[in-house]
Amino acid sequence: MPDIAGVTQSNPWDDVGSAGVVPERTATVRDVHLSSGEVLERVDVVYETLGTLSPARDNVVLVCHALSGDAHVAGRRESDPGVVGWWDAFVGPGKAIDTDHYFVVASNVLGGCSGTTGPSSIDPRTGKPYGLDFPIVTIEDMVEIQARLLDSLGIDRLLAVVGGSMGGMQALAWAKQHPQRVASVLGIATTWRLAAQAIAFNEVGRTAILGDSAFADGAYYGGPQPKHGLAIARMIGHITYLSDESMREKFGRRLRDRDEHAFEFVSEFEVESYLAYQGRRFTERFDANTYLYMTKAMDYFDLIGQDGTLADALRGTPSRWLVLSFSSDWLFPTYQSRELVDALRCIGARVSYAEIPSPYGHDAFLLEPEQQYRYISSFLSSVLAEEREEAPR
Amino acid sequence: MTAAELLRSDLRRIIELVPEGARVLDLGCGDGALMAHLRDTRGCEVRGIELDADRIASAIGRGLSVVQADLDAGLGAYDAAAFDVVVLSQTLQVVRRPAYLLREMLRVGERSILTFPNFGHWRVRGYLALRGRMPVSRSIPYSWYDTPNIHHTTLTDFRDFVAANGGSIEREIPLHVAGPDRDAYVQRFMPNLFADTALAVVRNA
Repeated sequence: MPDIAGVTQSNPWDDVGSAGVVPERTATVRDVHLSSGEVLERVDVVYETLGTLSPARDNVVLVCHALSGDAHVAGRRESDPGVVGWWDAFVGPGKAIDTDHYFVVASNVLGGCSGTTGPSSIDPRTGKPYGLDFPIVTIEDMVEIQARLLDSLGIDRLLAVVGGSMGGMQALAWAKQHPQRVASVLGIATTWRLAAQAIAFNEVGRTAILGDSAFADGAYYGGPQPKHGLAIARMIGHITYLSDESMREKFGRRLRDRDEHAFEFVSEFEVESYLAYQGRRFTERFDANTYLYMTKAMDYFDLIGQDGTLADALRGTPSRWLVLSFSSDWLFPTYQSRELVDALRCIGARVSYAEIPSPYGHDAFLLEPEQQYRYISSFLSSVLAEEREEAPR
Repeated sequence: MTAAELLRSDLRRIIELVPEGARVLDLGCGDGALMAHLRDTRGCEVRGIELDADRIASAIGRGLSVVQADLDAGLGAYDAAAFDVVVLSQTLQVVRRPAYLLREMLRVGERSILTFPNFGHWRVRGYLALRGRMPVSRSIPYSWYDTPNIHHTTLTDFRDFVAANGGSIEREIPLHVAGPDRDAYVQRFMPNLFADTALAVVRNA
């Protein structure tokens, strides 16, 4: 069993509320049967843990990342002390997911490009990167890999599974796939299935990548990368993560580095250079094939599956639920969270729900720690208290 | 002082009326004080609906399940008779469509318990009659222009309202919440005149 001790306690970069230096770890799971029917003989899973596992192993919180996230949820890596994890404002001592109380596990999803086996990994059968030979993965497959990771860590039960956006889809899938292993589910800015609009944006992103002249049927590793297509996909993504209000506030119609229009097709408005910058930066850290696989997994996700109604699909999930949505999120709109909440209410599940007022659109789940703190921290602490009350002594 | 004694007096009366182990839906549940009490002392299975974010967070901290929703949108998520008891305390007067809400309560609950300020109370009547101003009292403490209370009723009006919407009043308990409950006798004698607050248990007619 791998070492799952807590984070390093004393380090030169420790600031208040930081989870400190968090090492990256890798586990290996074998013989993985996927929803598509295909089998992966070996999957490496990159993960990190924060906080301390209680002796009763009853304080584990699994945090699932979104489309472009990774296993590095909070704190810093020794190798890259200037960069904090993607949800650092939410995870750490005294934060919404308080690492003084909870043992946080976060891993890079199956099909990802930040260490866990995905299309950019070497296919043992050929000795070359998988590319498009990598099997299509689903949200459910990602959950199975996480379950296997937890098995290897000796963790049977989760106090909570938490995720925003695509991470929230994983949290929902956990409740359905492993109801006995999950005490509570926190779905933030998420949905039980994408509507046509979100699938449409995903398809435009994929079309940009597939149409890039460097794409080479996904076998571009070692050669020129389809950076142009991936950057366009990211630009579209960023537009959908913001809102009309947040874009007006952030950029307005301001020009960058000039006072007058150039009367040329160059980047002039601040919003243009912002998108160009975000697109470019993304291509430096993200794999275009993984973008295809992640968006396809999201498009396929539908909690109903073979069941008749959403309520039927959720029946038998004993978990407690907290669902949060954001008023200006038009990519994962509030009405979809309400559909989930209504289905849970319909079956008598213990669900709490709030719509958080925010101008930041879908990105609000990353940007509004104060507003989410009161819900998340009070929810987790009450679930932990209840678990300990119910546990046989 | 026990936890129950710290509760508002109308909530204490509600607790007495809820059977052990009942499934209870508390509409406008606030910070969940009533729900927590019903859960802890009567073993009830409780759910709440509330609009205010701070109160929802407090209720969640008590381990309660509270959904942010607007009562004016109805209780569509729930099946018929999903609850034994539906509680609406001091909230009937603030909703936009009281008749719709009452019908919804009668649909999802076997019984509904409502409390509301009685606009027929003698102080209220006297205030308007003698001063010629919209009444402001301890149980109705708002000026007309900033009150959340948009549908005031009297106990007599309430009886007609329930009958007109397919309900029947099983029990009616006149209360005096603004101060000690000393006028018990006169409240029973002429409740619409002497109760500042009314509690009614309503079920389908």
